[in-house]
Amino acid sequence: MTLRDIVRQLGLEVVAGAGWLDRDVSGGFSGDLLSNVLASARPGNLWITIQRHVNVVGVAQVAGLSGVLLAGGEPPAAAVLAKAEEMAIPILLSRDGAFELAGRLHRILVPDVR
Amino acid sequence: MQEPTHGGPRRLVHHVRAGDIEHGGLASAQIKRQLSGLGVAPQDARRAGIIAFEGEMNLVVYSTNGGTITVTVSEKLVDIEVADEGPGIEDIDLALTPGFSTAPSWARELGFGAGMGLCNIQANADWFEIHSHIGSGTRILCRIERRRHDASGHRPTTRT
Repeated sequence: MTLRDIVRQLGLEVVAGAGWLDRDVSGGFSGDLLSNVLASARPGNLWITIQRHVNVVGVAQVAGLSGVLLAGGEPPAAAVLAKAEEMAIPILLSRDGAFELAGRLHRILVPDVR
Repeated sequence: MQEPTHGGPRRLVHHVRAGDIEHGGLASAQIKRQLSGLGVAPQDARRAGIIAFEGEMNLVVYSTNGGTITVTVSEKLVDIEVADEGPGIEDIDLALTPGFSTAPSWARELGFGAGMGLCNIQANADWFEIHSHIGSGTRILCRIERRRHDASGHRPTTRT
């Protein structure tokens, strides 16, 4: 499943990296502690977080994540979006909280689990 | 930065400023890109990137005057050195304990200070050394054996 499919199905706003939405999503990871993400997220995962500072882009890039899904509505600062474009990291935005987003993402990525 | 060499190992040197959270993590992202550009396999570049990121954030959050990340790439190895000139780690065993952190609250609010940084560095290195002395600073040396990552392999740690 691509980022574009997820954007459409979850009704997300694309605030950076619109040119890389054909990237495949290998799974999801939810967390706000950066070292935890580096330790446990797998390459190609879509990362759900409430953090929206520039280091999020660095984490996503070094961990090889497919993109970042920001929970809770507020868009990040323009400098963060510019860095995400430069690093080819799509930033997706939703007004929903992380719990709800993780549930909805899990339902479409792992549809067989009841 | 990339220093020109002639056919031998390639050396990449990045200087990191203390307290510069706005640029924190960006040297590591650049290091990962540079390694990929030098033909390092994606999984090895990822491990090096994670080691560099944790080292970089340690320099940003804890070092007195910043420090340096030096990456040396040879045919079989990627060596990463993270070095600063202080303040130095009082108790290395404690610092290596998962969950232990002395991060200030501003760093914790940004998702740093989970007490996992040095653990992540160790987990991604095939060989790891840490030397630290109060007053003279900290040096972390890591080695990645290119494309020979064995998750079950023994990774010796030396501490002084």
